Amino acid sequence: MDFLNALVTLANFVLIPGIAYGSQLALGALGVTLVYGILRFSNFAHGDTMAFGTMSVILFTWLFQSWGLSLGPLPTALLAIPFGIVATAALMLGTDRVVYRFYRAQKAKPIIFVMVSIGVMFIYNGITRFILGADEQRFDDGERFIIRARDFKEMTGLDEGLTLKTTQGLTVVTAVIVVAALFWFLNNTRTGKSMRAFSDNEDLALLSGISPEHVVRVTWLIVAALVVVAGTLYGLDKTYKPFTYFQLLLPIFASAIVGGLGSPLGAIAGGFVVAFSEVGITYAWKKVLGYALPDSLAPDGLVQLLATDYKFAVSFMILVVVLLFKPTGLFRGKSV
Amino acid sequence: MSLTLRTYVMFAVVIVLIVGTGFVQSWNSALLILNMGLVSAVMALGVNLQWGIAGLFNVGVMGFVALGGLAVVLTSVAPVPEAWAAGGVRAWVAVLIGAATVTASVLVWKRMRNAWIMIAVLIVGFVIYRYVRDAGVDAIESVNPAATGFLGGLGLPVILAWPVGGLLAAGAAWIIGKTALGLRSDYLAIATLGISEIIIAILKNEEWLSRGVKNVNGLPRPVPNEIDLQNDPGFVEAAAGWGLDPTTASTLYVKLGYSILFAVVLVILLVLAQLALNSPWGRMMRAIRDNEVSSRAMGKDVTFRHLQVFILGSAICGIAGAMMTTLDGQLTPSSYQPLRYTFLIWVMVIVGGSGNNLGAVLGGFLIWFLWVQVEPMGQALMNVITMGLPEGSGLKAHLLDSVQHMRLLTMGVVLLLVLRFSPKGLLPER
Repeated sequence: MDFLNALVTLANFVLIPGIAYGSQLALGALGVTLVYGILRFSNFAHGDTMAFGTMSVILFTWLFQSWGLSLGPLPTALLAIPFGIVATAALMLGTDRVVYRFYRAQKAKPIIFVMVSIGVMFIYNGITRFILGADEQRFDDGERFIIRARDFKEMTGLDEGLTLKTTQGLTVVTAVIVVAALFWFLNNTRTGKSMRAFSDNEDLALLSGISPEHVVRVTWLIVAALVVVAGTLYGLDKTYKPFTYFQLLLPIFASAIVGGLGSPLGAIAGGFVVAFSEVGITYAWKKVLGYALPDSLAPDGLVQLLATDYKFAVSFMILVVVLLFKPTGLFRGKSV
Repeated sequence: MSLTLRTYVMFAVVIVLIVGTGFVQSWNSALLILNMGLVSAVMALGVNLQWGIAGLFNVGVMGFVALGGLAVVLTSVAPVPEAWAAGGVRAWVAVLIGAATVTASVLVWKRMRNAWIMIAVLIVGFVIYRYVRDAGVDAIESVNPAATGFLGGLGLPVILAWPVGGLLAAGAAWIIGKTALGLRSDYLAIATLGISEIIIAILKNEEWLSRGVKNVNGLPRPVPNEIDLQNDPGFVEAAAGWGLDPTTASTLYVKLGYSILFAVVLVILLVLAQLALNSPWGRMMRAIRDNEVSSRAMGKDVTFRHLQVFILGSAICGIAGAMMTTLDGQLTPSSYQPLRYTFLIWVMVIVGGSGNNLGAVLGGFLIWFLWVQVEPMGQALMNVITMGLPEGSGLKAHLLDSVQHMRLLTMGVVLLLVLRFSPKGLLPER
């Protein structure tokens, strides 16, 4: 019984939040990795693009709610995602046309691109705050839980409850669908194949008649979709605040690099590595250990390795370890 | 226009802008802009040393600035004897144990190349560290938490905190440089971004050290207090002689005091930076920046030189951070935001002209001026735009409310325009 209790506590506080957060990071990291693979720079504006995308989803959600539209138990935001994607894609394609294309034509160094992306970051950040302000917004509605702690206790007779929030279930399901669609696209369609070719060897790809501008456009479209989905899921699951999204940049970069920049599979693995390390290291293990260990060994303290605010430190440590010992990442991405 | 003439013209523009603010708004705001402009110029000088001269992409400026702020607390605040008695030694011993653990694990890795032993060293060290630390820290933080709850500092004159801030930042830069330099440029950027977030997290959480989010208020000042001046009959008389009321006169006097101190620091650093830039060392650094491979072939130790300039630049940022915290009179860890303290400094360097020290200083003043003045300008603009809208309409209220966010937008646009149309900045490198 104690063992089951330990397991349920573990699932409730570590596994489920970890999987949900990992899926969100994985979607974010996929965007970074795609931009890196095709456009060959680290996009510092990624976090703020996420904030912009989520903001547009929030606005559409409120519009639909005012019309009385809803999805029943599911959050209305799901209905708004496609519209958010369109808005974000328009913004990103516009940015590419006005800003990035010039430097592509010049064949500017990656570092210049990074700086340009910092300028873009400022602008997106300004736009987002200008439209919706810098405050926290809540936009989830519908059924809040799939499994409630009390119901679970009654059902199983265990002391510990298990909560599964709708947003957590939704996150995982959506992430699986999106990732599956992305891989199918990359592996089976003509455009997807040309994207991979372009990422592997730009010169050869150009030689075989792949239009670089087309590839770049499609990349931005996909990244827009990924970013909006990731941002919306994160906002539904936790909360929406532009500054939080900016700070997500670090764990997202960490995920992409840990997995190997430029490798989509790596981005997903990296997302989960980072998410589980963050949750695991900042979680107070007292309760789980109290159940799992015999009474004589039960810990007195909280057994929390680091305070929650140090979660950035965790993604950073992982980043440094990977960069020092395996610079290409777990899945052999690009290094240099 | 030759570069020298251009430099004079540009700096004349800065002077006109600041003096103009004095005439149009108030001399207090003008001096406020001047003071933070001086601090920003020092920060920009540091970043220019790293990026403009050596080509290192450091986006962790905020972290070094915050370390400078911590130095002010550690140097100038009076020590709290009760807290020291409660667990001061224990807390610092824990820090030493932590440092020793990391050093030991690095040594183990270098000597034995055995990951398992290294991990074992880390785990054992971490357990000992937490055991020593937790009791000491709890004891310190429970000593009168509303008023102190931290160890305080050394109680030394606050000016001393400026070089100390530089040293702290240099120490942190050494550790970062040892691990992250040698990585490719955007990895270094991400690594420094992470470090700066960690430094802020430490300032926020280690209450025994920095009082965390409870802030440290009322830091000692290198200049007299306004109240003391107003109560000083001699000063009041002198103020009357200038035709000023005592309150305005005292605030101006204090701000002017800061301006002079900051200007002295800026001039010293600028002269040093110029000498360095035009010395054989400066030429070597630029050669390394422009072509690492051939510099290596010429027998230059690129990694060491990168480390050197990274430490120097970060130390300058630390000095600037200490100056800024002295000016504010308080350490507020939650006020450190990367957009303001890292990326804004970058805008200054790029706009001013990377590789040109005077350009960086110019950028510091200009962009800071813009950063401060965009809000009133935006307000005026919005008032004009929303004039046609009916009074009390939601859109009008929203638009007027959002003016405060115009700053970021403006900075982004300025950065993109400069990068596109004048990538060398206002004062290009010679």
